[in-house]
Amino acid sequence: MSKEKIQICPEFYDIMPPEYRDLVEQATYGKEGRGWKDIGQSKELIEDHSLCAGCPESMAFRYILASLPNPEDTVMVGSTGCTSLVFPHVAVHNIHSLFGNQNAVASGLKRALSVRFPGRIKDVVVLAGDGATVDIGLDMTLQAWFRQEKFTTICFDNELYANTGGQESGLMRKGFVAKMAPVGKKFEKVRLPEIARESGCAYVVNCTVSKPNLVEKVIRNAVLIAREIGPTYLQLYTPCILEIGKNSMEGLQEMRDSEKPGERFRYYEYVTDSAKQFLAELEAKEKQTAAAAIEG
Amino acid sequence: MANELSEVQRSLIGKQNKKGQTYTDPQHLFFEAPRIPAFFTGSEVIKEAIRRASVDVMVAYPITPQSEAAALIGELYAEGYVAEYMRGESEFAVMGQCAGAAFGGARVFTTTAGPGTMRAFENFPMWVGSRLPIQVIVTCRGINSPLSIQPDTLEMYFLLGTGMLVWHAETAQDFFDWILKGYIVAEQPDVHLPIAVCCDGFFVTHTKDTVLLTPPEMCLPPYDPYRSPVPCMDMETPPVRMMRDPFVMKSNYISYMTHASWQEETRGACERSRKHTIPMIGGLIETENTDAEILIVASGTAVSQGREAIRLLEDEGIRVGLVKVKSLRPWPGQEIREATKHAKHIFVPEFNVIGWLAQEVKATIPDNHRVIAGPHVAGGMTMPAEVIVEEIQKALGRHVTTLAGRGS
Repeated sequence: MSKEKIQICPEFYDIMPPEYRDLVEQATYGKEGRGWKDIGQSKELIEDHSLCAGCPESMAFRYILASLPNPEDTVMVGSTGCTSLVFPHVAVHNIHSLFGNQNAVASGLKRALSVRFPGRIKDVVVLAGDGATVDIGLDMTLQAWFRQEKFTTICFDNELYANTGGQESGLMRKGFVAKMAPVGKKFEKVRLPEIARESGCAYVVNCTVSKPNLVEKVIRNAVLIAREIGPTYLQLYTPCILEIGKNSMEGLQEMRDSEKPGERFRYYEYVTDSAKQFLAELEAKEKQTAAAAIEG
Repeated sequence: MANELSEVQRSLIGKQNKKGQTYTDPQHLFFEAPRIPAFFTGSEVIKEAIRRASVDVMVAYPITPQSEAAALIGELYAEGYVAEYMRGESEFAVMGQCAGAAFGGARVFTTTAGPGTMRAFENFPMWVGSRLPIQVIVTCRGINSPLSIQPDTLEMYFLLGTGMLVWHAETAQDFFDWILKGYIVAEQPDVHLPIAVCCDGFFVTHTKDTVLLTPPEMCLPPYDPYRSPVPCMDMETPPVRMMRDPFVMKSNYISYMTHASWQEETRGACERSRKHTIPMIGGLIETENTDAEILIVASGTAVSQGREAIRLLEDEGIRVGLVKVKSLRPWPGQEIREATKHAKHIFVPEFNVIGWLAQEVKATIPDNHRVIAGPHVAGGMTMPAEVIVEEIQKALGRHVTTLAGRGS
């Protein structure tokens, strides 16, 4: 989409909501090198959210939307869950259809956009919870990877079904007592990052969203690699503070505790050789551009 | 005006696609262009319709009896007539892939049958609510256990409540015409709904029939996604913040009201398709001799069997009229009331155990004791015309002359 398309008819300017005027005038569509540091200096692509106070998902949403390399040509696909409460507030086209079919929808969407806009960038990014990604939608998650569908899958891993009130999920820790796991979960947390690697993903990261610069880097890598090389997968810990008995201000510490060495969300990254080469070339190109800018 | 094209579509009329086919005004293609006779199976007819349909994306999955058709569309893809083709991993996924492609502005085609239809089911009301004009061919087969792959139309009963347009083809000719016409009706801005074009599996898909085809060098104008009543998800139009509170938020009267009114609107859209459908397929029903005291009301291949029964009964001096129900959604209630007003006995032969068409007719007409829900066959049984004749003779208290091999 060209930036010119996001304009307000002058006759209607004064009656448009101020947040939409801000979106037209202050958002970072089309900005080179956009990232989390734009937050506070520009209009974010997410309006206020409807998640619980202090929910780490809200941080994750803001960092991700600030970091998408081409939001003006990105379509997001969500699924049922807490994320589906947020998507109506997001200023990129996004699809919610059913629970668990997000990677099937994204497969069809990406192919349709490739047919309709050959040679143009149209990024597709899936963002869904762990129930949608790993339980009800696992078949479609994996099959999209097997087929080498060129889009990014982001899983907000809060280790349970949050929106329905805290039931056991496949990504829940073993032994955790939850609804539908009344004596504790009896099997290990599903190792989806490793499964993603074996299923053909070109780039896989498992981490928390405690560090915005890290989120920015992995989002950018994941979207650009998916565009050029093949499927990418990010599993981001966004703890459900409500269901693990934390207070609103404790989400960040929970993530920091969980990313320590030996913990479940210690940084894990897998990059294929071709993706590594792509990232190296990208970095070289960016350095060149930066050097040219200094010289110029 | 019914069945209008958009400016973009009109500007393409007379131009050629990359296969050298000429984008042709649908009115000319359907009603004026020369027709070429061909002797094809129903599956081959599906292929020939799609060759002319300017389809962008087809998603395939094997299930009898639609597998052959789904594979034949793959041949069209290999030849370049269909832009994108893939095999999904299950019907649930297939219908999600179709949804994604339609959200992205593509003209989408798929086929399914029996248990596949049932597995896909969660998607159909979602397609409707999302206003995705996807066409799905349903080649009906048994959905019961023990496993059956034989013809049986029970799955259509479930489709009737989804909000989709549902048409029931009798012959391969219906099939050829309605696949093409279905897109034109489903894509109208005031309709913009998915359409299920159904047929009785095997009876239509696997038998050969003479079909009059439109010239292969003519095709439909492509889909114009910017005629949709909801935004196409391609980031070519400005994104909007859709609502302050998502629809799913609980305890919110506005949310309930939004859902209720949207369901009314999608049902309204289905009703609005009448004005486009009627000139396209010659009415929602077709009738013969509705002044007769005895009528057969049927859809699908039960119509063909009904015609044969009428001929046999005529030999015995019993005059019977016929109502062929072509569109089940929208439901031709007014038309059926009018067509059945003289009838004293209304027979509804069906290829399913519950008699859903008879239920619909009973719910539509006054004095519905006139409706005799039968005969029914199911599970793959054929319905010889003699079975219908026998049912009619029995109901009239006549001596039954044909027993149709029932062993009595």
